[in-house]
Amino acid sequence: MFGGEIYETIVWLISGGLLISGSIFAIIGGIGICRLPEFFSRMHGAGLTDTMGAGLILAGLMVQAGLSLVTFKLVIILFFVLVTSPSSCHALARSAIAHGLKPQLDVPNSDNQNSNQTSGGE
Amino acid sequence: MVFLFTACVAILVTMSFALVRAMLGPTVFDRVLSLNMFGTKTVLLICVVSFLQGRTDFLDLALLYSLMNFIGVVALLRFTTQGEFGGQNPNVDTPFGDKSIGNTALKSGGD
Amino acid sequence: MQSRTLILKYVVTLGLLLLANWLLWSGHFESPFLIGLGVLSCLGCLFLGVRMQIIDEEGAPAQLGIRPFTHYAPWLIKEIAVSNWEVAKIVMSPRMPLKRNLILVNAKQQTPLGRVIYANSITLTPGTVSVEMLGDKVRVHALSLKEAADEMSSDMSDRVCRLEGSRPSSDESRKDV
Repeated sequence: MFGGEIYETIVWLISGGLLISGSIFAIIGGIGICRLPEFFSRMHGAGLTDTMGAGLILAGLMVQAGLSLVTFKLVIILFFVLVTSPSSCHALARSAIAHGLKPQLDVPNSDNQNSNQTSGGE
Repeated sequence: MVFLFTACVAILVTMSFALVRAMLGPTVFDRVLSLNMFGTKTVLLICVVSFLQGRTDFLDLALLYSLMNFIGVVALLRFTTQGEFGGQNPNVDTPFGDKSIGNTALKSGGD
Repeated sequence: MQSRTLILKYVVTLGLLLLANWLLWSGHFESPFLIGLGVLSCLGCLFLGVRMQIIDEEGAPAQLGIRPFTHYAPWLIKEIAVSNWEVAKIVMSPRMPLKRNLILVNAKQQTPLGRVIYANSITLTPGTVSVEMLGDKVRVHALSLKEAADEMSSDMSDRVCRLEGSRPSSDESRKDV
């Protein structure tokens, strides 16, 4: 009886911690998507919420659900979100580039330099 | 229960940030990006609400919603870039004439 | 004949996967009628997939087995957590120290599937987004810290190579970093 209560408290605390940290990461990603200066930087903010926010919140729910069908469903949802989010992000970036949107860079001309370096290194 | 409620509120705050960006966004891609993020947060919100109410049937809806969100975003991107949904004219000479978006989507969905 | 048996392998794997997925999502284990309907819908999906010719080593990557989940995913999760922390620090700092740049990294993978996994992993770690694929190179938009991104993506590339089974020798992979 007493051990069961301790176990439940531990599960409650762990899942609560995961949920809260996931929420913090999600809000930071939301702030990032508003605060970062241009489109290609904002994609990183969206990636923040999609990976860590979703992952930690769903992990917290998994801890709460225990070992059951619900956990399996949560795992599948997490897997699907993690597989589709980079795909749509990449499609977004590619179509933005193809549409003529140029990313603002802080490090000048780094693309050409780096391609020269890599081709020289081979 | 408290933690679930907090997570719920945090997800709603994040969704409103995404909406702010969708309103402000100078380009259409900013809007699509925040739309995508809004969809992902909706999936999370459905999961959390299903635990909050103790009705785990909602999880099926969450998976369905994430599927629809992904397909919708990819279709919207094809539409904004090509002006059509593809398939009508396979020899069209655009950056995506090789159906690259569709293929990437299918393949990464399968692995 | 060779390709026929190969396709059969992928079809069988995908069919079993679909069936297990149907059973676990529906939660119906008792009624033979409902299970029969599930089997029918799985067979219908398989038929459509075979007709669309999308069931091959890319559509149903049975050759990878469970190695992506046992060998690759834990490392990737660790990388995601680390770079998440970095990006969160950048976003929350008062004057965001951005060093946005575009870099080209080599994708040494031999199969398109390996390259897709590699580019998706790059995009999945926050701070780096793969923008374009140019043959065997990937153009990456990085938020900051070019050296760290370079180092991470070369390590990741080696791991994806090992995952797809092409096994680059360590000398070769070090040389073009």
